[in-house]
Amino acid sequence: MNIFFHFGRYFLLMKRAFGKPEKISIYRDRVFEEMYILGVGSLGIVAIISVFIGAVITIQSAFSFSNPLVPIYAVGVAMRDSMILEFAPTIVSLILAGKIGSSIASEIGTMRVSEQIDALEIMGINSAGFLILPKIIAAVFFNPILTIFSMFLGILGGYIFGLMAGVVTDYEYIYGITYQFIPYDVTYALIKSAVFAFIMASVPAYHGYYTRGGALEVGQSSTKGVVYSFILILAFDLILTQLLLV
Amino acid sequence: MIQINNISKSFKGRNIVSDISFTFETGKTNMIIGESGSGKTTLIRCMVGLNDPDSGDVLFDGRAFYELDFMGKKEIRKDIGMLFQGGALFDSQTVEQNVVFPLSMLTNLSESEKRDRANFCLKRVNLNNANKLYPSELSGGMKKRVAIARAIAVQPKYLFCDEPNSGLDPKTAIVIDNLIKEITEEYMITTIVITHDMNSVIEIGEKIMFIYKGEKWWEGSKEEILQTENKEVCDFVYATKFMKTLKSKFQ
Repeated sequence: MNIFFHFGRYFLLMKRAFGKPEKISIYRDRVFEEMYILGVGSLGIVAIISVFIGAVITIQSAFSFSNPLVPIYAVGVAMRDSMILEFAPTIVSLILAGKIGSSIASEIGTMRVSEQIDALEIMGINSAGFLILPKIIAAVFFNPILTIFSMFLGILGGYIFGLMAGVVTDYEYIYGITYQFIPYDVTYALIKSAVFAFIMASVPAYHGYYTRGGALEVGQSSTKGVVYSFILILAFDLILTQLLLV
Repeated sequence: MIQINNISKSFKGRNIVSDISFTFETGKTNMIIGESGSGKTTLIRCMVGLNDPDSGDVLFDGRAFYELDFMGKKEIRKDIGMLFQGGALFDSQTVEQNVVFPLSMLTNLSESEKRDRANFCLKRVNLNNANKLYPSELSGGMKKRVAIARAIAVQPKYLFCDEPNSGLDPKTAIVIDNLIKEITEEYMITTIVITHDMNSVIEIGEKIMFIYKGEKWWEGSKEEILQTENKEVCDFVYATKFMKTLKSKFQ
């Protein structure tokens, strides 16, 4: 029954969060602010992880495809599909859910226990809308951008380190990453990343918003927000793959 | 004027506030006093709509708060200023931004008008040259004064103060108390102060309600509270050695 309680309360909170904003201009400024914090602030970590994972996938694929019947350009194909279909949208979202999710849950949780959310309510401001909506919009808008950024850097990392390691040639890699390329795969990845962004912003926000107690409970909310985001991202990964690819 | 009628609130089957009715008068510093855990904060949270009471209603100048829809409640809340125990200032904003915030959200004033109003409120609470400081850089007393400035920025009709001088030294506590009283009289606000500090009661209390175990136990003026024979009230009022000495001298 507990799960139904949380689902119900989550949907009611989302209904409030998507209510009519008091001042559009202030919400717009907050969206840009959140884009900078959540999006631009994550560029570094996404870049580092994508380049290294791209390199590792390329080298591992090259060693796995040691059979002379498998052409070398298959390394590029495997690399491209791994990055576009799964790594860039899902793994990057999981990493960001850890980074952004804990930040959102602890920020909103601290505001709750220090009565800042009560202060907003007393002023007649829709606290759920004011605090949560800009974060969701920023995440849903910026996560697909980060996903494209990750795809590009992952493939670039695979190219640079593949050549440096001597496991693939320039021509074979480029031929591989362009071989039978399906543009819909990118659309599929972007749809996934937008859905994951909604989860990674809204679920920790929910846990932060309903924090009760003090510093200990803020920490617990942060952990819960991240763990449930991970589980939901993986569950929706399966659901969306089934719906969009099969 | 705020009138509360038969307010009751329980949590997990435990009665926190039981059937309290009272009238808080305009232009006076109305005080709710009682021991810790007696239900003062829960009562005030029910009054401003942060907790829905199980029964009863709150009338703001005749407008029944709990009979109103969401938008109606929102309109009344725009007339409410509240000073929280910890100040509840927004950590990410400077002092000036904290005071400007309700003006930005609730009014259509221009940037310069908002800044002027914020500066006026900050000056009113004797805070000069603190505009660019963040809450983490302020002392407890300064935080309370910023919170008062923020609460009065939108010219509220009703001011709620939850233990405004808790954690402050006696001198600063008196400054805050007097500030609340001055603002109440100056702007003819209905002010409600929750406290368990008897110094505060004697300093600024005009109409007092004593809550004991969630029930309204006693009401009267500050002169009356010093003379009452009610055991629970006397136990509370004369709990400190200072008050006991004062009483013996008074007698």
